[in-house]
Amino acid sequence: MEQNPIFSIRTAAFSYPGAEKPALDGVNLEIGQGEWLALVGANGSGKSTLAKICNALLTPTQGACFVMGLDSSVESNISSIRQSVALVFQNPEDQIVASIVEEDVAFGPENLGIPSDEIKKRVDRALSLTGLESYRRRGSYSLSGGQKQRLALAGALALEPKALLLDESTSMLDPEGRDSFLACLGELNNQGMTIVQITHRMEEAVQAGRIVVMASGRVVWDGLPTEFFDGEYLRWSFEEPPEIALYRELLTRSLVPPGTRPRVEELLSALCL
Amino acid sequence: MRFMSSLSIGQFIPGESFIHRLDPRCKIIATIILMTGLFMASGIPDFALWICLLVIFSTLSGIKLTTILRSGRPVLFLVLITVVLNLFWTPGSPLVRLGPLSVTREGLIVASSMGLRLLFLVIFAGILMMTTSPMAFSDGLERLMSPMAVLRFPTSEMAMMMTIALRFIPTLFEETDRILKAQISRGADFESGGLMRRARSFIPILVPLFVLVFQRAENLAVAMESRCYVPGAPRTRMNPLRWSGRDSSALACLSVFVLFAIFCDRYVFKIYLTWFAAQ
Amino acid sequence: MSIIADDISYTYNTGTPAESAALRGVSLTVERGEWVSIVGHTGSGKSTLAQHLNLLLTPQSGAISIDGVEVKPGSKRSREFRRRVGLVFQYPETQFFAETVRAEIEFAPSNWGSRGDVLKERVDEAVSSSGLDPLLLDKNPFTLSGGQRRRVAIASVIAMKPDYLVLDEPTAGLDATGIKELTQLLGKLRNAGLAVVQVTHDLRSALSLSDKILVLENGSCVVYGSPELVAEYLVDNPVRGLVIPPVVRFVSGLREKGIDIPLNSGLGEIIKSIEVFKGRL
Repeated sequence: MEQNPIFSIRTAAFSYPGAEKPALDGVNLEIGQGEWLALVGANGSGKSTLAKICNALLTPTQGACFVMGLDSSVESNISSIRQSVALVFQNPEDQIVASIVEEDVAFGPENLGIPSDEIKKRVDRALSLTGLESYRRRGSYSLSGGQKQRLALAGALALEPKALLLDESTSMLDPEGRDSFLACLGELNNQGMTIVQITHRMEEAVQAGRIVVMASGRVVWDGLPTEFFDGEYLRWSFEEPPEIALYRELLTRSLVPPGTRPRVEELLSALCL
Repeated sequence: MRFMSSLSIGQFIPGESFIHRLDPRCKIIATIILMTGLFMASGIPDFALWICLLVIFSTLSGIKLTTILRSGRPVLFLVLITVVLNLFWTPGSPLVRLGPLSVTREGLIVASSMGLRLLFLVIFAGILMMTTSPMAFSDGLERLMSPMAVLRFPTSEMAMMMTIALRFIPTLFEETDRILKAQISRGADFESGGLMRRARSFIPILVPLFVLVFQRAENLAVAMESRCYVPGAPRTRMNPLRWSGRDSSALACLSVFVLFAIFCDRYVFKIYLTWFAAQ
Repeated sequence: MSIIADDISYTYNTGTPAESAALRGVSLTVERGEWVSIVGHTGSGKSTLAQHLNLLLTPQSGAISIDGVEVKPGSKRSREFRRRVGLVFQYPETQFFAETVRAEIEFAPSNWGSRGDVLKERVDEAVSSSGLDPLLLDKNPFTLSGGQRRRVAIASVIAMKPDYLVLDEPTAGLDATGIKELTQLLGKLRNAGLAVVQVTHDLRSALSLSDKILVLENGSCVVYGSPELVAEYLVDNPVRGLVIPPVVRFVSGLREKGIDIPLNSGLGEIIKSIEVFKGRL
């Protein structure tokens, strides 16, 4: 069955006013429903700009961006685009509007003019998906970093989006917070949520089903994680995490069969010791 | 050294008590009534009644009396100045002489009543803030001001501004603390030198703080926009304000209490005061 | 020449409802020329410990001595000691206030009384040892890239000529290239005789870079010693909020299957021992 892609970006270009080089320079990208895509690249490669375009916060200066078939440059589409695609940013502090957890989650739906019973249902659902039910009446300032970021995620989920855009959402979290956040994403993806995860941490791209590499405003590589970690990413001058170096070495010496994913448990069992 | 404690400012303490569950409009009106009452009945004996009220509030809100009293701490210095000024500069019959200054009997009365009045004003406002979430508070204020919307006064934007301002107070205190520490560890000195030098020494604190506030504001604006916020557009509420019988009766009880305090001040305690002045 | 923290404890907001113990009897020794990592989850007390080393906080019990002298609260010498122990805060670029990089770097040494040629020399030294491009000196620090700004922040602390450099999450927010460059810079400074104390929640970088590691959990020391010792301990005793690096987990998995190699082994050793075990060699 042919499904409509969630995002369809067609030769999109974007320049910030006064900038010498364009931030995006002819990007073509289709992202289907239910995908988990990791968008990787160095700082300044255009990842965040692309995320803002996908959320209609920016409009491409050339080309076009369609979200669920809706042209983002059409003013009347913006509201429905922002409802179907929710954005979570890097710093949770910058996204939390209200002082009380449940009031913050309700902020988005309240903006949509939804009746209060429905808002309550959405808030309940978003809080349980992010594991924050027991904090609903707590002050948002009293949460830990990881919890704050899950609160920001809950705020996004309360819009009941089809896709989540995560702009370096784990980069300010400690390993504990990052793990709980990623576990949350995994669960959502299993339930069919499309996830576009912008990150410069290779390890996190391991969880994704598809990897897209950006450099100087262009998509320079697009493929499966197994292909990517089998040496491909070295071309894009990323720092190689030691576990990935180990993974490649195991592959080249045929200690593990090709197609094994770079996860510790999988590698250990593939070794057949 | 924790330079600033975010606890010292009257902040919302989540709870489910009687006072917590009152309509924010009721609490705002009640606070206004209380403030008026304080101005009309601020003889020394009246404060016995106001203290009784604090005890009642403490019981009804489930917040410890010490925590309630602590909300007056930020203005303690201001209170002290008021007391000192009134103590020495009120003309009347002198009680004690300190060189060229003298403490008068009238001064003593005015100073203590002014000081207590100021303190209680802040404490009553503190109770309002401790029992009302910022969102509920600004909702309440927005509704109370709604008649002004007819005059194109942007009440809903004002309310949103207030919500955000209150939300960011603890964050700002934390950030200020961090910047202060960072500059001290780079050798910044805020204590020595003349007035100009000292004022200048705060530049390394203020500039980073401004930069931070502007960055935060910009990021927050983008985040709010992506969460479908449109300034001035109609919004619904998860917990719409509902005025119940409880609110009416709470207001009625409070009004009776305040009228009683004013009555006491005018007719009962007057006797005591005339006696004190005659001595 | 060393900083010795001896059995120090610290509690925030003593006597208020928000009272919380941040450090409970922690001891640590930092020698010059050493790389020490303090690791732990958020709220484990690692930043509180870092602020003790710089005398921003005074222990409520226990003592801190620097180069053999115990530092007493309010001592006249504490200002001099604070200069010897430079502290780089998390996201240090958020403390920038000056209009030029030069003025930013001059701030610390001039606070300690450097003027004229001495000041200029201090700035030049800091710029060269932090690997900063001297052409950036007259630029506005807010126009620089993330990695460059972090470097300016470190230079602004090095300019006061500390003997010990304490850094709170120095690589936070940097991309892969930025992290690599910064790690190299810190290694160079350590080799030049400076002590590097790195506060981090990244066990992987701690295990591969440090001479000594102190692991904190809820304000108490869990394990303290060489990376080998710490890795051995953590594999058997998980600590809240610390993620065992995948390679260490992998090696620990190999050991369960009967391959006997040290936990902190490098890539070559790991591959070799697998091949030996499989009988290929």
